[in-house]
Amino acid sequence: MTLALDTLGRLESEAIHIFREVAGEFDRPVILFSGGKDSTLLLHLAIKAFYPAPVPFPLLHVDTGHNFDEVIEFRDRVVARHGLRLEVAKVQDWIDDGRLEERPDGTRNPLQTVPLLDSITQHKFDAVFGGGRRDEERARAKERIFSLRTAFGQWDPKRQRPELWNLYNGRHRAGEHVRVFPLSNWTELDVWNYIEREGIELPDIYYSHQRDVFLRDGMWLAEGPWGTAREGETLERKTVRYRTVGDGSCTGAVESDASDIHAVIAEVAASRLTERGATRADDRLSEAAMEDRKREGYF
Amino acid sequence: MSDLLRLATAGSVDDGKSTLVGRLLYDTKSVLADTLDAVHRASADRGLATPDLSLLVDGLRSEREQGITIDVAYRYFATPKRSFVLADTPGHVQYTRNTVTGASTAQLAVLLVDARKGVIEQTRRHAAVLALLGVPRLVLAVNKIDLVGYDEVMFSRIAKEFTAHATALGYTEDSVVEIPVSALAGDNVVEKSANTPWYSGPTLLEHLETVPVEPDPHDAPFRFPVQYVIRPRTAEHLDYRGYAGLVAAGTVKPGDEVVVLPSGRRSTVTKIDTADGELAEAAAGQSVTLLLADDIDISRGDLISVAGNEPTVTDELDATLCWLAEKPLRPGARVLVKHGTRTVQAMVTDLRDRFDEQKLSSVDGPASLELNEIGRVALRLAEPVPLDDYSFSRRTGSFLVIDASDGSTLAAGLVGAPLPLLENGVESCTGGSTATPDNHALVSPGP
Repeated sequence: MTLALDTLGRLESEAIHIFREVAGEFDRPVILFSGGKDSTLLLHLAIKAFYPAPVPFPLLHVDTGHNFDEVIEFRDRVVARHGLRLEVAKVQDWIDDGRLEERPDGTRNPLQTVPLLDSITQHKFDAVFGGGRRDEERARAKERIFSLRTAFGQWDPKRQRPELWNLYNGRHRAGEHVRVFPLSNWTELDVWNYIEREGIELPDIYYSHQRDVFLRDGMWLAEGPWGTAREGETLERKTVRYRTVGDGSCTGAVESDASDIHAVIAEVAASRLTERGATRADDRLSEAAMEDRKREGYF
Repeated sequence: MSDLLRLATAGSVDDGKSTLVGRLLYDTKSVLADTLDAVHRASADRGLATPDLSLLVDGLRSEREQGITIDVAYRYFATPKRSFVLADTPGHVQYTRNTVTGASTAQLAVLLVDARKGVIEQTRRHAAVLALLGVPRLVLAVNKIDLVGYDEVMFSRIAKEFTAHATALGYTEDSVVEIPVSALAGDNVVEKSANTPWYSGPTLLEHLETVPVEPDPHDAPFRFPVQYVIRPRTAEHLDYRGYAGLVAAGTVKPGDEVVVLPSGRRSTVTKIDTADGELAEAAAGQSVTLLLADDIDISRGDLISVAGNEPTVTDELDATLCWLAEKPLRPGARVLVKHGTRTVQAMVTDLRDRFDEQKLSSVDGPASLELNEIGRVALRLAEPVPLDDYSFSRRTGSFLVIDASDGSTLAAGLVGAPLPLLENGVESCTGGSTATPDNHALVSPGP
């Protein structure tokens, strides 16, 4: 009998270790949960880490109001199934009472930062689990597993602590918090392979389906509460799926026939585009778009 | 053979490290089209004729502006033979801090030198830090070999000098490999070069794909720092009391007799639980939950060990510190020590010596330990802690030194003196040495 763990076994074991460290050292942790694949995976690992006890943390969703219905329905179903507590911070509430202003381009992804930081302060969360991975983007490649944020939620790359062995230093001053990324060492393909191995359910929109979409800036966008095709853009019925799920106004679909997990894995393995590059308008704003948003307190 | 290799890179500024890493990613087709397009665009914006592959890895704005790497970056790539987690550590000012970080989990390190300059001071320092941290294998990439006309004699001289240095640090000859490469032109990185017919060894990637990876320390005595006590208190699991943790060393089976430290109470493992069901055995690297026969008081911070081969429980220890903070360490300093899952107050009672990396010798009784310096200290702890020597167990012989006031990490701590040279000193770093290969080089890193 061999006891050597394979790659997925090592990644799972590392993530479980991280969840348990946080449970042991922090008073008020929370898991960011949107119903997307990375946060669904995060929750799956948290459940495994504390089995047979329930997950000792609540969930937080920063809802842009531009979500796909299928994802919200999935989110609520998962929360109910596992008997979890979910806090929802609605960007719309912040817009309605004037704390935030709608952007001219209509995209709400950058608007998530303020409701996120307000919720962290209000609930006194001291550890915030996110599904970020280092393979996603260059600024994320330098992120720690335990990432210290100032009282203003800001990320200062120069103040990050060296991370040695598997000893994580979660000490922070009152008002500061730590973002924790248990999936740091996973790649997109690892995520999909693990979802297949564990039989994890995801929202349907990750698999191919028919949808009315229009082409903008090289991305297939769906119509929804965030808007529809403008002058010169035409709505077409296409067979598509989503590789990432975020704010509907800036998350693009990819043309795909991959209708099940095996087909998705084959497609991801053969893809010539990164998932963010293929489907996220917000990362295309500048060479350092992600770094700038992280500094401001984004996930 | 393991399907995952964790490696770190090290080298001084301008040795072309980012370019080498970029080349590895590029030639293994780990870079996707949109990322590559962005690099092509940025290179063209800067007026460069060919794409600058270092832009693939330099992530932060100030890095791209200054053309240097500031922080450790992690890169992921895979070939049909193996997956790789690469810690890319920058080589300038704060080099020790970054190299120590990258090396603490690495199973292999790639050190770069410029073929025109050969083995320089910083190469020797890096190698010493890698040896101290117990990185089991080294590769010396002799880069820019094209700029010395692919000269075999030049390469052999550098290789010989480096082997002698690594041997003096405790490496065996078969754990060190030198490869002539040009990251810019691609020679011997992924593709075998036609320009070095005199070189019969593997390319860098071939070596990374086939080098034996030391398994987790399964033969070592069982060590299990308790992270968390799982008590569901549900109708179904009313009396369930499980100790959650990651096996740090060795293996465990139901029926094994164990000791809980520091209390010294004994019990027997009744069950190894996971969300996927019970296990017949668990080994180093696995996250599991242990259930014991006796209802004894165990909480986070305790260590469960095999009975009969236990770590020393002590409140006084000798340790080696890699000082990582701007603020210097002086004797008498009060700090926190985080070892395994336990954090205790501590005082630095004595600064024994400082390691002179350039001479590879030690200086007795320094007044302080400054940023990036390595030295031996005596520590007194507020309560006894179960400790292994670092050279015996990397996971249970390592600790963090933390500033109690602002929570920052001040130092990487290693129980004992893992680098024999710290005690003995050597006259020459290039001559033959009598230092014997050291066990710690064979201990595998954390998960």
